[in-house]
Amino acid sequence: MSGVLTALVVLLALLLGIGLVLRIGAKRLAPDEDSVVERINAVLPQTQCAQCGYPGCRPYAEAIARGEADINQCPPGGETGVRELAELLGREPKPLDAERGETKPPQVALIDEDRCIGCTLCIQACPVDAIVGAARRMHTVIEADCTGCELCLPPCPVDCIDLVPRPAPFIWPEPDAPRRSIPIEVRHG
Amino acid sequence: MAEFELGRHLYRFPGGLKLRHHKQIACRDPLTPAPLPERLWLPLAQHQGPAGECLVEPGDRVVGGQPLTRARSDREVPIHAPTSGTVEALRDGPVSWPPGGQARCIVLIPDGEDRFEPLDVPEDWTYESTDALIERLRAGGLAGLGGAVFPTAAKLRGEFPPIRALILNGSECEPYISCDEMLMRSRPEAIIEGARMLARATGADDVVIAIEDQMGEVRKRLNAAIRAVDAEAPIRVVQVTTIYPEGGEKQLIQVLTGQEVPHDGLPQDLGLVCLNVATAAAARDILIDGRPVIERIVTVSGPGIRHPRNFVVRLGTPIAGLIAAADGTTGAIDRLVLGGPMSGLPLASDRIPITKGSNCILALRPEDTAREQPVMPCINCGECIRVCPASLLPQMLYKHLVADDFDTARELNLFDCIECGCCAHVCPSHIPLVDHYRHGKGVLRERGIEDARAARAKARFEAREARLAEREAARREQREARERRLKDADRAQDEVRAAIERARARAQKDTGDAGDNDA
Ligand code: SF4
Ligand code: SF4
Ligand code: SF4
Ligand code: SF4
Ligand code: SF4
Repeated sequence: MSGVLTALVVLLALLLGIGLVLRIGAKRLAPDEDSVVERINAVLPQTQCAQCGYPGCRPYAEAIARGEADINQCPPGGETGVRELAELLGREPKPLDAERGETKPPQVALIDEDRCIGCTLCIQACPVDAIVGAARRMHTVIEADCTGCELCLPPCPVDCIDLVPRPAPFIWPEPDAPRRSIPIEVRHG
Repeated sequence: MAEFELGRHLYRFPGGLKLRHHKQIACRDPLTPAPLPERLWLPLAQHQGPAGECLVEPGDRVVGGQPLTRARSDREVPIHAPTSGTVEALRDGPVSWPPGGQARCIVLIPDGEDRFEPLDVPEDWTYESTDALIERLRAGGLAGLGGAVFPTAAKLRGEFPPIRALILNGSECEPYISCDEMLMRSRPEAIIEGARMLARATGADDVVIAIEDQMGEVRKRLNAAIRAVDAEAPIRVVQVTTIYPEGGEKQLIQVLTGQEVPHDGLPQDLGLVCLNVATAAAARDILIDGRPVIERIVTVSGPGIRHPRNFVVRLGTPIAGLIAAADGTTGAIDRLVLGGPMSGLPLASDRIPITKGSNCILALRPEDTAREQPVMPCINCGECIRVCPASLLPQMLYKHLVADDFDTARELNLFDCIECGCCAHVCPSHIPLVDHYRHGKGVLRERGIEDARAARAKARFEAREARLAEREAARREQREARERRLKDADRAQDEVRAAIERARARAQKDTGDAGDNDA
């Protein structure tokens, strides 16, 4: 009689123990939400232009991590960006969603300081604080900080902001690579 | 720090090539000043770093030696008017870097009088503090005249261990280039005096001047100049075997010390500073004559030049003028090169002006450029590995670069490549290896810039989000507090009303009672 009792107690303890181990293990193995978002965000171009439908790159990264947004919504990242996201998440790459906008070469905003009336509306729109100026004074874009996101354009009441191409550093041209395989003539006979 | 005695024993660096010299053809004539051109074109930036702040406007009259730009840090190099004249314009003109590109230049029309106003000079430089000396050298526009135009002030002071020894590089071992040899022959005293000044400015107590093994005449002259002065630190002349690219900074240090400059380190980490002999002579001219860097010696040579020779050239002189002064070309020219045949840069135009780093102009005929040879696939022969002075694996670098695998190329130390051209020179498949390396470095550098920009944008975006969230929270807090207060006020009013009511009720009851009493 007491033998059966002992067996039951041992069995119960075992079951509890296994359950506990499994629980802890599951917690350990669960993907770390934060690091997934971090890694997605690291691939995004950080232009912060909101063309993806979210108010910045990190919010978009969070939406992708939640499975709410698709991976082809970021025009500044372009096809390369989609490919990198696909690779990171182990999915099939797909063409960029054309409705979100087009991929453009790097650009920066330039304020025509003679026409600026100092209304500060552009400062409030800039997602990276790249515009400086006080009320009723002319405003200036800090070129090194501007991402070219275009968000300062619509609010400007006098239309004095332009986007100009960002000067690219010189890159030595790649010489024509030789043919990588030797052509083999197939003879039919 | 490792122990070594500079130049007592000569070591070898890996790889390298024995090349034919072709130097003497430009050394037969004595140094002569090149004629002043109609216009001098002076690029604001004389090196790949940031340009100084421009101090002149079109229409300004300037005298020789007058600063045209101002350096705001040790990384910037000011430029000075090479002669007296009028600033015609600030205009974009063709330059050597980026290849085929343009850069903002000060265009100066000489007035022919060549008036000169010296910089302020110390009465006795040996009484100046090291910082004061470096400040004067910086104001004189001193930069590496060997070709790299690295700002000398940034080399002399910085966050590095104390400097023990100064190496003056007079062993330019690339074929055709003979400007340093001509300088050492004609102005040995200036080099020795400059060496003393630079030793003083760095705190080095050992100075070695490295020259090539067949420069016997130069050795004699330098030694005579050393004996003539009572130098504070011993100055020695060391002859090194001429193997290309021995004149490379890292290679020369390895030959003299047996040590390798660390991977992403500097010669300063070994307690060494390496400067060109021409830089030393220019330091002397700044501190004694008050003459900033406004001219340099340029070799004009190559099989396409009728009368190869060395000129003393005012900065800003277009190359076309120098070629004309060397009696022109022998016929059709296929390529103009700035620097030597191994590591030089092809030039897009003969309107490109001489800058502080222009050591040699080569004119090559069609039969000298081996360009017509077809590029073949790599056959893994290993020749390129054998000659690489930086101990790299050139063919592996090449394979990863053509596969657009830039990260692996970086891991294989692409950035240690000094672009000497040895590998491409021996490659039996005629692969333009160095062009691939330059391309790969450019792509990786640009990526670095983009990554840094993205990181900055990310940080600024997050800072702004945090700030906005904080402001929002503060606002909500205020609103809630106000609502609370209002509610409190309501409650207070209710309470007051209730109290009044109670009082009134009691009063009524009292009067009622009283009435009852009265009745
Ligand atoms: S669309 Fe703009 S905001 Fe959205 S992820 Fe791309 S760069 Fe960032
Ligand atoms: S300045 Fe304009 S374009 Fe540049 S980051 Fe700010 S909002 Fe975008
Ligand atoms: S929105 Fe336009 S007018 Fe207003 S401060 Fe900005 S640039 Fe000037
Ligand atoms: S060019 Fe670069 S890879 Fe080629 S031999 Fe020179 S250092 Fe080595
Ligand atoms: S020398 Fe040319 S062919 Fe030979 S291994 Fe190097 S790259 Fe390949």
